[in-house]
Amino acid sequence: MAAHVTTPGAVEPKMWLGGIEPMKASYGKLMMWFFLISDTFTFSALLVAYGTARFSFPAFTGKHEDFTFSNAYWPVPERVYESVPFLHGVSLPLVFVGIMTFILIASSVTMVLAVEAGHRMDRANVEKYMLWTILGGFTFLGCQAWEWSHFIHGTDSGSVMSVIENGVRIDKTIFGANLTENQYGPPAFADFFFFITGFHGTHVFSGVILNILIFFRAATGFYDKRGSYEMVEKVGLYWHFVDLVWVFVFTFFYLV
Amino acid sequence: MAEVHHHHVHNQDPEAGAEQRKAIWKTFWILLIITSLEFLIAFTVPHGVLKVSIFIIMTIVKAFYIVGEFMHLKHETKTLIWSILVPVIFVAWLILALLLEGNAIFEAIFG
Repeated sequence: MAAHVTTPGAVEPKMWLGGIEPMKASYGKLMMWFFLISDTFTFSALLVAYGTARFSFPAFTGKHEDFTFSNAYWPVPERVYESVPFLHGVSLPLVFVGIMTFILIASSVTMVLAVEAGHRMDRANVEKYMLWTILGGFTFLGCQAWEWSHFIHGTDSGSVMSVIENGVRIDKTIFGANLTENQYGPPAFADFFFFITGFHGTHVFSGVILNILIFFRAATGFYDKRGSYEMVEKVGLYWHFVDLVWVFVFTFFYLV
Repeated sequence: MAEVHHHHVHNQDPEAGAEQRKAIWKTFWILLIITSLEFLIAFTVPHGVLKVSIFIIMTIVKAFYIVGEFMHLKHETKTLIWSILVPVIFVAWLILALLLEGNAIFEAIFG
């Protein structure tokens, strides 16, 4: 390698060091795709485990109006997620999670607009759209923090569950949920909620950090000097993937 | 690994990429409309196989637009498209297999 040092720009466009360009994608972009495939496996594993657990539990079979929280069957999701900040006690099923979905889709749009601006070497627009994307990411995280907090603290009156404590079956009022107790249904339901939305939230958080880094480098002229805004595109791939995962979490966790 | 450089033409023309931006916004509206329809269906269609099937189809349509347009996979080479799609097909099989498995566990305990 040392004997083969070339000045930047002397390399053929997009060529890898072997002198070819597999799948007409740069090295970094292809590696991002393969990383995302491996991440797909991780998220699939979580969702597959969720599906298996759900199908091995009894479903609620009564009338929708008669639904009450019980650990004897899997809860109806729209009865679990029906709270919206500042509207205490008002039943608004799935409204808040709908807002979160909208925020994430909108931030995906601003991300792809930043990528498009990068193709034109339009630094001002890259900065503008990256800032919007970062704002969207933080807003989503804030919403998720509120949702977690509400889920953990539970409803005003809690729910009475038949649980086994010290080998004796007793009726107990449970407020909210943690990894061992859950007022909304079987404890496994809360475990999956924490693991799946938590793992997704961690991805959003990492994405926001990467987006800030990209914004900083764009704003300080790093990519202009390099002559390419391809890093925006690579991090963009990651950000869209996070949005994609949310689309699946939204369907399989909140809708069905 | 040395950084790979692109040679972009610095384009000051404001019309450059206009078509691409149009496609981006079109995709945004499609995703927004599908998500709104999902809400409508969540509260109007009775729970059952039909509702779940509609949701799964709509999710796949949304995934198609996000991966195809936003992640640009639709416009990549065929080899790259298949390298991404083939593993996902196996994942779909895994989901189906383990849902059946979950059902078998249910039958064994409660059936």
